[in-house]
Amino acid sequence: MAIEIKAPSLPESVPDGTIATWYKQEGDAVTRDELLVDIETDKVLLEVVAPDNGVLKSINKAEGDTIVSNELLAIFEVGAATANTEKEAAPAKVEAQVLEDNSGVEVLMSPAAKKLIEENSLSPNSIKSTGKDGRITKEDVLKHLETAAAEGAKAAEGNEAPTPASNAESSIANSAAYTGARAEERIPMTRLRAKVAERLLKATTTTAMLTTFNEVNMQPVMDIRNRYKDLFEKKHDGTRLGFMSFFVRASIEALKHYPAVNASIDGSEIIYHGYQDIGVAVSSPRGLVVPVLRDADAMSLAAIEKNIRDYGVKARDGKLSIEEMTGGTFTISNGGVFGSLLSTPILNPPQTAILGMHKIQDRPMAVNGEVKILPMMYLALSYDHRMIDGKEAVQFLVTIKEMLEDPARILLEV
Amino acid sequence: MSVDYDVIVIGAGPAGYVAAIRAAQLGLKTACIEKWLDKNNKPVFGGTCLNVGCIPSKALLDSSHKYLEAKHAFDAHGIGTGEITLDVPKMIQRKQKVVDQMAGGIGGLFQANKVSPISGVGKLLKDKKVEVRSNDGKTQTLSAEHVIIAAGSVPIEIPPTPTDGNVIVDSTGALEFQAVPKRLGVIGAGVIGLELGSVWSRLGSEVVVLEATESFLPMVDQQIAKEAKKILTKQNLDIRLGAMVTGSKLKKGKSPSVAVQYKDKNGDQEIIFDKLIVCVGRKPYTEALLSDDCGVEKDERGFIKVDNHCLTNIPGVYAVGDVVRGPMLAHKGSEEGVMVAEIIAGQKAALNYDLIPSVIYTHPEIASIGKTEEQLKADGVEYKVGTFPFLAVGRAVAANDSDGMVKMLADAKTDRVLGCHIIGPSAADLVQTVTVAMEFSTSAEDIGMTVFSHPALSEAVHEAALAVNGHAIHMPNRKRK
Repeated sequence: MAIEIKAPSLPESVPDGTIATWYKQEGDAVTRDELLVDIETDKVLLEVVAPDNGVLKSINKAEGDTIVSNELLAIFEVGAATANTEKEAAPAKVEAQVLEDNSGVEVLMSPAAKKLIEENSLSPNSIKSTGKDGRITKEDVLKHLETAAAEGAKAAEGNEAPTPASNAESSIANSAAYTGARAEERIPMTRLRAKVAERLLKATTTTAMLTTFNEVNMQPVMDIRNRYKDLFEKKHDGTRLGFMSFFVRASIEALKHYPAVNASIDGSEIIYHGYQDIGVAVSSPRGLVVPVLRDADAMSLAAIEKNIRDYGVKARDGKLSIEEMTGGTFTISNGGVFGSLLSTPILNPPQTAILGMHKIQDRPMAVNGEVKILPMMYLALSYDHRMIDGKEAVQFLVTIKEMLEDPARILLEV
Repeated sequence: MSVDYDVIVIGAGPAGYVAAIRAAQLGLKTACIEKWLDKNNKPVFGGTCLNVGCIPSKALLDSSHKYLEAKHAFDAHGIGTGEITLDVPKMIQRKQKVVDQMAGGIGGLFQANKVSPISGVGKLLKDKKVEVRSNDGKTQTLSAEHVIIAAGSVPIEIPPTPTDGNVIVDSTGALEFQAVPKRLGVIGAGVIGLELGSVWSRLGSEVVVLEATESFLPMVDQQIAKEAKKILTKQNLDIRLGAMVTGSKLKKGKSPSVAVQYKDKNGDQEIIFDKLIVCVGRKPYTEALLSDDCGVEKDERGFIKVDNHCLTNIPGVYAVGDVVRGPMLAHKGSEEGVMVAEIIAGQKAALNYDLIPSVIYTHPEIASIGKTEEQLKADGVEYKVGTFPFLAVGRAVAANDSDGMVKMLADAKTDRVLGCHIIGPSAADLVQTVTVAMEFSTSAEDIGMTVFSHPALSEAVHEAALAVNGHAIHMPNRKRK
């Protein structure tokens, strides 16, 4: 009995996905729940498993192909594998003017357009096409080259020392790459990275973003940790007491005092959220992802620590779901784990602020006229000045600092 | 309340019969009303195009061309003939056979698609009802869900030269001469005048073409028009521009003739012809077509007013072809008919009015698509030009048919092809290939990168495209100012 293997339903915010890896080939015997294929989307990696024991009869979408919700991926034959599963040689499709771009979508283009695209090392996907059925015309490529002079520079320069005279746009600049004997490896951006890159660029160009700094004496928090961490772990099923829970709770209290920092901009409207969904930036092998602690106000410190830890594991394994990464009213990013002393985090649109935590470093500080060595952490708050006034931002950060330096205030909500 | 038909088409010319066939293909119950009767009073389809226009004129153009070749061109090939004789009635008869065959074909198509043909004069009444008056005087009223008016056009008459169907004729009469007129006058140096003038000139007439305006073929790219005038003049067409006809006087008798008075820059002139063809243009035909209360509006020039989708001001009533605005071309009418049928069937149909090719069937043929150089100048568009002469095309030279050129215009910045104008052998078919490419937003470079067969006339198109960007192979490239 033949079963259609279809792509999962993609959530509304995700228009399509790319076939990342087929783990089985046509004709392979497969057991129930065995992993067949990975589908990569802008946000997560989705897995499709075998519905039953049987044979993967035919693969309809190849690695690199773009797929949409519920699209047919393969045909699966239930039952034992037959001895003779001959694979038909797929007829070589001679597509004269089709260039597969990095996401595997067939992009049609006129002959002259193709020539220009190749001469300028462009990605067809990045060109706005106006021809019939989405064809890229020569005109489209010329327009693209005009507005994206940087593209030419990127293709030509690479590791080369800056060449003074040559115009980055012309294809002559591109040929400069050929004359150098230094090796270059050209790898197309993964979809995820491309999407992240797009969002980062959008954040910096569409917001009035700036950063205010402060520093916090982490000694009080560290003292609490040292006193209670064993008891905490025992009481909360092995969940360790870290710093993040303190930061999250302090942030929540501060957000309650300064609702503008917890707001989002939607077009020309401001949405003041009556809840706090705290995004916690996590580094994964595929890149930065920000899973969200929903209604974090209702979470205990233990719950916060546990959830963050779970997210970390999921991110590492590429198992974060799209729902887990959507939304968020405020984000906390911790560059300190990598050793960053001070930085300016980028906003996570449509949020209007992001808190950056950094390395805790012993520093000599003046305390009551004396020099004391304190474990200090610089705090950075990047915010969208269109939404948040300087005074608000500064005071918000000061509130967080004060709460962390006197954790009783978190408990007492003062 | 049920209607008699989903669609009633008034007129079975190229716009009407095509609309009817398409509607029927889409499952609509369709009737097509046609008033035309042939010489034997039998209903005949195809309208002006088939009966007294496109088809018969092309038949005579081909016949007369063969005669010309036989008389003057065979010798160069080393072919000797005896005396070449001409049997005009036989030529006219052959033309009629062609017409009959094509008209019969439409009848067959109607049958195959189950279109109900109705013979009679159709008149649009209120509420999408159509009254049909058949030849025997009987009338019936039919109701429809949708009505498509495709009543066509008729030749324009001018007061100085009223047609008498004998000496002074319109284009219809010019296709029926039973003998070659010795002196033939043609009023109007438009498409029809040049074609008909060519036919009889080849067969031996002294042809004088009187054109009231100073410009020759103003809608055609002027570089091509100039070339055309040169060639046609060489073919013994005496084309007189700026000649405004003011009057005429028929001379009856055994050899009737007409004296035509006209004014040019030198003053008053008079010239005598044995036959005079009046072809100064055509006007939409709406006589006895619209009842007083049907509500359909016409514009100030008498065309039925329609929007971009050929819908009149009355919902459910459409009009297509020569009876509405736009170039009076059979294929334009046909495609409008298809568009309307598809719209009625619920599809999102539209017609690209910017890419309608046009042809003049002189020899060499003249064909155009897109903008002329003059139009681009007027629009302030920066353009580049590529031209290529048929003299440099092997196939044309081998056929001893190498007059003319291909001219291609492209946007100076984006290289997008904006127009192509050809005078030369098979111009119509060559322009068609460019038309298809232009539908896909081709650039001149795209055409230059396409492989063209050799030896073929279409190589001229290829080379003209290369010439746009300064690198035609088979001729030196000069920088055009």
